[in-house]
Amino acid sequence: MQCQECGKRPASLHFTKIVNGEKTEFHICEACAREKGEIIPGTTGGFSIHNLLSGLLDFNPGLKGQNTGTKPAENLRCEECGLTYSQFSKIGRFGCSSCYKYFNDRLDPLFKRVHGNTVHVGKIPKRVGGHIEVKRKLDDLRRELQYRILQEEFEEAASLRDQIRELEKNISAE
Amino acid sequence: MMVNLRFTEQPLSEWMSREGKESDIVISTRVRIARNLMHQPFPMLATNQQSEDVLNQLREVLNDERMTAYGKLYPILLNDIEDLDKRVLVEKHLISPNLAGESRSGAVFISEDESLSIMVNEEDHLRIQCLYPGFQIQDAWERATAIDDVFEDHVDYAFDAHRGFLTSCPTNVGTGLRASVMMHLPALVITQQINRILSAVTQVGLTVRGIYGEGSEAMGNLFQISNQITLGQSETEIIENLYGVVLQIIEHEKTAREKLLSDSRLHMVDRVMRSYGTLSYAAIMDSKEAAQRLSDVRLGVDLGLIDTLSPQVLNELNVLTQPGFLQKIYGENLSAGERDMYRAKLIREKVGK
Repeated sequence: MQCQECGKRPASLHFTKIVNGEKTEFHICEACAREKGEIIPGTTGGFSIHNLLSGLLDFNPGLKGQNTGTKPAENLRCEECGLTYSQFSKIGRFGCSSCYKYFNDRLDPLFKRVHGNTVHVGKIPKRVGGHIEVKRKLDDLRRELQYRILQEEFEEAASLRDQIRELEKNISAE
Repeated sequence: MMVNLRFTEQPLSEWMSREGKESDIVISTRVRIARNLMHQPFPMLATNQQSEDVLNQLREVLNDERMTAYGKLYPILLNDIEDLDKRVLVEKHLISPNLAGESRSGAVFISEDESLSIMVNEEDHLRIQCLYPGFQIQDAWERATAIDDVFEDHVDYAFDAHRGFLTSCPTNVGTGLRASVMMHLPALVITQQINRILSAVTQVGLTVRGIYGEGSEAMGNLFQISNQITLGQSETEIIENLYGVVLQIIEHEKTAREKLLSDSRLHMVDRVMRSYGTLSYAAIMDSKEAAQRLSDVRLGVDLGLIDTLSPQVLNELNVLTQPGFLQKIYGENLSAGERDMYRAKLIREKVGK
C-alpha cells in the first residue's frame, strides 16, 4: 500500500480514528507522518504513561448530544486546589485528594480502563479508615431512615434513629 | 556529611549481599507503597512551605521506636547533596529519578542496610520502598505494610472509603501498592520466547519495564515485572498474582536453560567464555555491551560453566558500571569516551585474573 500523502513511499503507519462512531482510516509513510506532526508511539521518545493517560482522559464516553446532568468537562474544577479537569486530563495527575471528589463523576470510566475496577477493596487505615467505616454506616442508616419515614413505617424509623444516635455518640466520644 | 558517604561510596547495598530465594533468576524483589497526607495538596501543586511542612511531619515519625526495629534510618535531604550523589542513589534504586530531578523539599530516609528507603515529596508525599535480594515478595510486603502502619499512627492519610488511598497519579490509586521483581532471563531471550511470555504477562494485569523503572530500556536481559492494577484488588491478591506468574516465568527460564545446555552446550560455552574473555581484556566498553557481557557471564556462573566468579561480583558490577558511579570513582567530568575506557578498566580489575 502506498502512502496517501506523497504516493511515493510505502505506507508504514495505519491510523484508524473513531470519533463518535464515525470511522476514518488513513495510511501514510513515516516521513510524511513526521512532517504532519502525527505522534508515533515508541518513536518520538518521552512517550510516558501520562501521555497515554491523558489520551484516555480526553475520551468522552458517548455523551454527544445527551444531557446527562453532568457538568461539561471544561467547567469542572477542584475547589480545593484549583486544578481544572482539562488541566488534569493534560498532565494525567491529580492536584490534591479533593480532586477525586470534584471530578468524581468522570472517574469511573477512567479507573475502569486503567484498573478494570472502580472500587477499593484493599487495606483500610485503622484510624482514618475506622472513622470512614462508621460514617459510611451512618450514611446508610440515615438514607434508610428517610425511606422508612416516607413509607410511614415509624416503628422501624424509631429503631433506626436510636442506632444513628448511638453511632453519633460513639464518634463524638472518640 | 558522613551518612551520605556510606550510601554513595559503596556500590553494593548490604541487603544485596544476602542470600535470596531463586537468586539465580530473580535478582531482587521490591515493594513500594504510595501514600499522601490529608489536607495537603499533592507535591506537584504544593507550595514550598507546604512541602516543608509535609517533610517535617513525616520526619517526626522516625522517632517512633518501631521505625528502627530493623536498624537506624538516616534522613537525607536532596537539597543537601550533590547531583552526582543523587545519580548514584538512583543507580542503586534507593531513590527514583523523579525524586532526584524534580522534587521540592524532597528527602529520603534510608536504613543502614539500604533495604528500606522512604521517599518524601516524590510524586506522592510518602513512598515506602522495601528491597530484598532474590524472590521474597511476601517478606517485602509484610515489612512495607508494617512501616505503613507506623506512619498511619502519626499522620492522617488521604483515604476514601470508595477509592482507597488517594494518589497523585490515577495509576496508583486504591492500594498504592507496586510490587516488582527484577528477573534475569537470558535463556528466554536467546531462545526467542521472551516476547511471547512478556505479552502473556501483560494480559494478566502485570507490566514489564526496564531496570530503572518507567520508560527505561531493558538492558542485560534484566526485566522488571510488576503489577499494573492497584484498584479493585486487595494487596494479598496483587502479591499472590505476581508471585504465581513469576514462579511460572522462573520455570520457563529454567527449562530454557536446561534445553540450551543439552542441545547446544558448545555454543553456550563459546558465548559465555567469549564474553568472559571480553570483560577480562577489553580496553573500551560502553554500558550496553557491559550489560550484555555481564549477563552472559552471569548465565555462565549460574550454569556452572564458570566457577571463578561469584554472583556478588556481578551484582556489584551492574551498579559500578553505571555512569554515575564511574564518575564517582574516576572524576566528575568524564566524556562518554573516557567513561567507556574507565568502565573497561574497572571490569578488568574485578573480573580479570
